Amino acid sequence: MAHIDLGVDENEFPGVRGPMKYRPVTGKPMMELAETLLRGPLSLSTADRELIAAYVSGRNECTYCCSAHSALAAALLDEGMPLVDQVRADLDSAPVSAKLRALLHIAGAVQVSGREVTPELVATARAEGATDEELHDTVLIAAAFCMVNRYVDGLGTFAPSDPSYYEETARRVVSVGYRNTVST
Amino acid sequence: MAHIDLGQDEQVYLGIHGLIRYRPETGRPLLALNEALLRGPHPLTPGERELIAAYVSGRNECRFCQGAHSAFAAVQLDEGMALVDQVHADLDSAPISAKLRALLHIAGAVQHSGRSVTPELVEAARAEGATDVEIHDTVLIAAAYCMFNRYVDGLGTLAPDDQEWYLGPAGRVATHGYLPVLDR
Repeated sequence: MAHIDLGVDENEFPGVRGPMKYRPVTGKPMMELAETLLRGPLSLSTADRELIAAYVSGRNECTYCCSAHSALAAALLDEGMPLVDQVRADLDSAPVSAKLRALLHIAGAVQVSGREVTPELVATARAEGATDEELHDTVLIAAAFCMVNRYVDGLGTFAPSDPSYYEETARRVVSVGYRNTVST
Repeated sequence: MAHIDLGQDEQVYLGIHGLIRYRPETGRPLLALNEALLRGPHPLTPGERELIAAYVSGRNECRFCQGAHSAFAAVQLDEGMALVDQVHADLDSAPISAKLRALLHIAGAVQHSGRSVTPELVEAARAEGATDVEIHDTVLIAAAYCMFNRYVDGLGTLAPDDQEWYLGPAGRVATHGYLPVLDR
């Protein structure tokens, strides 16, 4: 049970969905940020962006966010969940592009601290073809999940253990977006 | 110099200012979230909420955010910068209410990890009179600054060393809030 009374059935609104409904005044801008960062017309693919979100959430040990964004990345990637699992288990041996690997290393640094992002990490990503915009978006996605993971776990929200919950939610997000899934 | 070309004079648009202007589509919801969290109608005063932002930013060693939100707290608290400095130096001996101290302990746990927020920390805040909405907003302010701090430092933005500098924006924020930041 969450640390505060969210006024919703937590089985029906698990994870971030309960706090979003509890406090729409902050939920609305968070939703807009998620739509723009994860689904907006950016240069990184939506699959790569979800993979960054899943990777950071895994490192923060946030069960709800990691399960949700792993399911989303799997739904969007041709290689599905096996690739997501490989990235989370051992980034250096996972069969992803050199550019995406370099960006995920930057996301991993951000997860520890903004101060861990070195000029060398940035230069490596650039050498593999990453643009300024992609570097910016990687840092902000990683930073945003350091917020959302703490929000979800800091309030002690419920995380379903059944993978089918996350698969079903991922299907809805892919077809109608975050705004129409999370708060309804 | 920042890790990416922000397309503007970094000496003029320091810290998060350059980032918000570089990517206004994410900048707008970030400012809206910050405005709702730190300045919207709330049982905690704007000065107390800025103190939470300053405390978390200090623990994340983010010089720009710590400097800015310490100044924003100082100009909105009767006890000014002396109290802000005491909270940074030693929370347990700082002359603040027992409720605010308990909330700052929750914020400190969130800074480490959402999973560090224990039922005991929540119970201690509740025993001092903290409400559900105060606990919710404390967790989200602390989580949001774990994002902002990583965004600002992860892209290597500039932070003024002179603490006097931050008093300029502090006056503007206290009067006009965060939303006009994008238009300056």
